[in-house]
Amino acid sequence: MDPIIRFENVHFTYPEGEREILCGVDLSIAPGSFVAVLGHNGSGKSTLAKHMNAILLPSSGKVFVRELDTADETKLLDIRRRVGMVFQNPDNQIVANVVEDDVAFAPENLGVPSEEIRQRVDAALRQVGMYEFRMHAPHLLSGGQKQRVAIAGVLAMEPEVLVLDEPTAMLDPQGRLEVIQTVTRLCREKGMTVVLITHHMEECIGADRLVVMSNGAIVADGSPAEVFSQVELMEREGLDVPETTRVLHELGLPTETLDTESCAALIAEKLR
Amino acid sequence: MLKDVTLGQYFPGNTVVHRLDPRTKILLLIFFIVALFTAKGWVGYGVMVLVTAASMAASHISPKNIFKGLKPMIFIIVFTAALNLFYTDGTPVLPGWPITWEGAARGAQMILRIILLIAGTFLLTYTTSPMALTDGMERLLSPLKKIGLPIHEITMMMSMALRFIPTLIEETDKIMSAQKARGADFENGNLLQRAKALLPILVPLFVSSFRRADELAVAMESRCYHGGSGRTRMKQLHFAPRDLWALLLGAVLVAGMFVLKHFGL
Repeated sequence: MDPIIRFENVHFTYPEGEREILCGVDLSIAPGSFVAVLGHNGSGKSTLAKHMNAILLPSSGKVFVRELDTADETKLLDIRRRVGMVFQNPDNQIVANVVEDDVAFAPENLGVPSEEIRQRVDAALRQVGMYEFRMHAPHLLSGGQKQRVAIAGVLAMEPEVLVLDEPTAMLDPQGRLEVIQTVTRLCREKGMTVVLITHHMEECIGADRLVVMSNGAIVADGSPAEVFSQVELMEREGLDVPETTRVLHELGLPTETLDTESCAALIAEKLR
Repeated sequence: MLKDVTLGQYFPGNTVVHRLDPRTKILLLIFFIVALFTAKGWVGYGVMVLVTAASMAASHISPKNIFKGLKPMIFIIVFTAALNLFYTDGTPVLPGWPITWEGAARGAQMILRIILLIAGTFLLTYTTSPMALTDGMERLLSPLKKIGLPIHEITMMMSMALRFIPTLIEETDKIMSAQKARGADFENGNLLQRAKALLPILVPLFVSSFRRADELAVAMESRCYHGGSGRTRMKQLHFAPRDLWALLLGAVLVAGMFVLKHFGL
């Protein structure tokens, strides 16, 4: 299938900066997939995300959303409508005093007729499980709830891709779980393409594909089990690997599995 | 202490007053203010008190909430009343006293006027969601777009400011606690020292506000915000028959006050 987002040899340097933030990134994201991008602070993963909806434009190279070149200013709204972006701090992306008014913000900007906005808002709030809170004031919600409202605000645009730039970095464990479960469900049940930028290893385990970034380049790309099995590489990058992988690696066993059960089975076999 | 800021607060409800179009309510407030400043005698003030009380009853807003909002204004109210009390010519209450009967009456009327003014304004913000309020204002002011005033941008800024009041209050509380934990003292000292003590709160608050504004702008752009052109609304404003009646009542009130003024009541 044609990729939904395609990076072609993308380089990026901030106009006033000297260091190159992205150094030749090639990446294709397949529709309906759940892609996690893992990396340290300063690895360029947030910069990568901001290229996906034309907030940043490549210094050289191209980014395509479907067939649209992000550098084409006349297609800007079309690109941003297709690629919804959720950011780290929920407080700084909620624009209204009432949950449902906030969710309505994007479709209002797009000039959607009133009745359809109403339907989209209700549908989006149901998808993230925040429908009962539609009349609440956002500042009285918990972090995880606020972030789900932010996701609903993006879903109301009916995007094809959901890009989440460290959506859990400011949340407590409970909120983190809420957000990851919501996103995973959207991908598995609604077929939404999800790009999750994170530095929490645990959040990547459920993804279809894991991309590891370091110093502006992609250093590993594959299924989470494949990527995590490169234990030395991950350690060199200062990233964690799941406990199961670590145990299997130390025992010198094949590390193709992330599941606790099969890990236990492998160890039991070795002992026998 | 910062928790009881009532500015821009909204009490959701489903009364007639809540259901009125925000444009009607803004116009009614203007009528109300005109009528209030037309009032001259005790009869006029009496009518205004009755009108305010009736509107409060109709919107199920308890006087307690209005008085809570009045608290920060007490100084101004007392100050204005005192000025009027001492600086009005007329018959002294007691021979040789600087206080006159006329002054006492003027002072009392001033207090009443300020209280009613604030109560009327609060009735508007308490019964209208900030979104509806700014939307109504945008529509009412839209003729000014013709002469090149950025009405959409102004009302958008207003609604953002209202949206961020609670967030910034929360943040101020947090910074205050952090500075207190490092030994900052906000309660003691003279006025100048206390004002100086606020500096370590204002600087981080400013810095973080700029960062917030930056992030908010990116988030808004990501949600396809591109100014006011081509924007639609989920909640459209409807001008119902009850709005017409309400405006008529408002006009009658203003006319009535002018008549009362004419007769010096």
